Amino acid sequence: SPLTFTKNQSYQTSEILTPENKVISHNNFYEFGTRKTDPQDNAQGFKVNPWQLKIEGEVEKPLTLDYEDLYKLIALEERTYRLRCVEAWSMVIPWVGFSLAELIKKANPTSKAKYVAFETLYDPEQMPGQRNRYVGGGVSYPYVEGLTLPEAMNELSFLAVGLYGKTLPPQNGAPIRLVVPWKYGFKSIKSIVKIRLVEKMPPTSWNILAPHEYGFYANVNPQVDHPRWSQASERRIGAGGLFSAKRIPTQMYNGYGDQVASLYKGLDLRKNF
Amino acid sequence: MRVTPKQLFWIKGLFHLVALTPIVFLVLNVFSGGAGGDPVQYIIHYTGIGALNTLLITLLISPIAKKMKWPWLMRTRRLVGLYVFAYATLHIAAYFSLDLLFEWRLLGEEIVKRPYILVGAVAYLILVALTVTSLKKLMSKMGRKWQTLHNLIYLAVILVAIHFFWSVKSEIIQPSIYIGLVIVLLSFRWRKLIGFFKD
Repeated sequence: SPLTFTKNQSYQTSEILTPENKVISHNNFYEFGTRKTDPQDNAQGFKVNPWQLKIEGEVEKPLTLDYEDLYKLIALEERTYRLRCVEAWSMVIPWVGFSLAELIKKANPTSKAKYVAFETLYDPEQMPGQRNRYVGGGVSYPYVEGLTLPEAMNELSFLAVGLYGKTLPPQNGAPIRLVVPWKYGFKSIKSIVKIRLVEKMPPTSWNILAPHEYGFYANVNPQVDHPRWSQASERRIGAGGLFSAKRIPTQMYNGYGDQVASLYKGLDLRKNF
Repeated sequence: MRVTPKQLFWIKGLFHLVALTPIVFLVLNVFSGGAGGDPVQYIIHYTGIGALNTLLITLLISPIAKKMKWPWLMRTRRLVGLYVFAYATLHIAAYFSLDLLFEWRLLGEEIVKRPYILVGAVAYLILVALTVTSLKKLMSKMGRKWQTLHNLIYLAVILVAIHFFWSVKSEIIQPSIYIGLVIVLLSFRWRKLIGFFKD
């Protein structure tokens, strides 16, 4: 359904948007199956209302957001971000949502909080991939992700509740998902039920599954290849047909270096991939 | 079971039909949107699995022909083998055109840098050699050498199974099943395979 929001002029782009029908029919959401078409095929009955999102852990004011709160606790804005998948394809998507930092500030983190851990809903009855190893691609569920606290508090980190002006379709992570545009897509965890502030670096799903292929940071970096393919360029999924796609050079931090490069000063990005 | 030339003609026709049907489904799926908003990975995976399936069927022909005493079945093997090459060619063409978007340099770099692609490329070179020498004229001309060359099909199927297993992100169940099938098909020929190592 349509959302009420303002356009944030600081986060617009002259790039061509990926059409909505492609954004909602080409998804990695292994809870609903490993093929790109599975989430759209299998998620349509997914129930997002009622929903509870908890913010807890090292905070002075733990919060619980109900479904309605997701849309009204913080005023919604639209931001257009590039999304770079670790599989070397990319999209440009207009998200609707709010800044992650604003939400975290409301919970008042303690001085012990150093990392932010995220968790997807665990509901094998609704998510066939969580019931069956064959469907879920061998990931151990619930899906978990994490950021350092400075990353989470960065102006770019965004919680999306919609895209193209409407509430998120289930295959894109309804009702609420993370969007961290300078990192590979798998960091942008979907259908979140828990945000936990913690002292130590939390485990993350793809890192558990294949630690030599997927690191904790997963910053977009054209200089560090995935073991099985190059990350130097990407296939931009645009408006046209099959042969109209373009291969474009991948930018460091997916082009968001001005906002985030300072977070990684002194960090060896080859080791901390 | 004996088969007349006319019956063999129809059997071969049926085999062509069965081999081409998946391509029709692929085209319909891509154009109807059934393969998703960006069917590139779908097409690459589909044609790759098609090549592997056809390769396994090729390897199934001679054990069945022997067991059932159907000499005519052996005469369909070349036809099926050529479809292995056709599917493998589509697989590579899809990867190069739709995913790499005709970047030759990137293709070269990827073959050299990625062991799983190299393994697949070697398997494809074997298929090229077998396809080129599949003409009946060449078969009689090459004599025993032809059989030696075509025994490389066993190496090819092993390489293809490794290529598949190595290429996936985490969904190892399907490639594991294929590796099992390859082992079963090769076990039908274990005497022959052991013979290679004795020579």
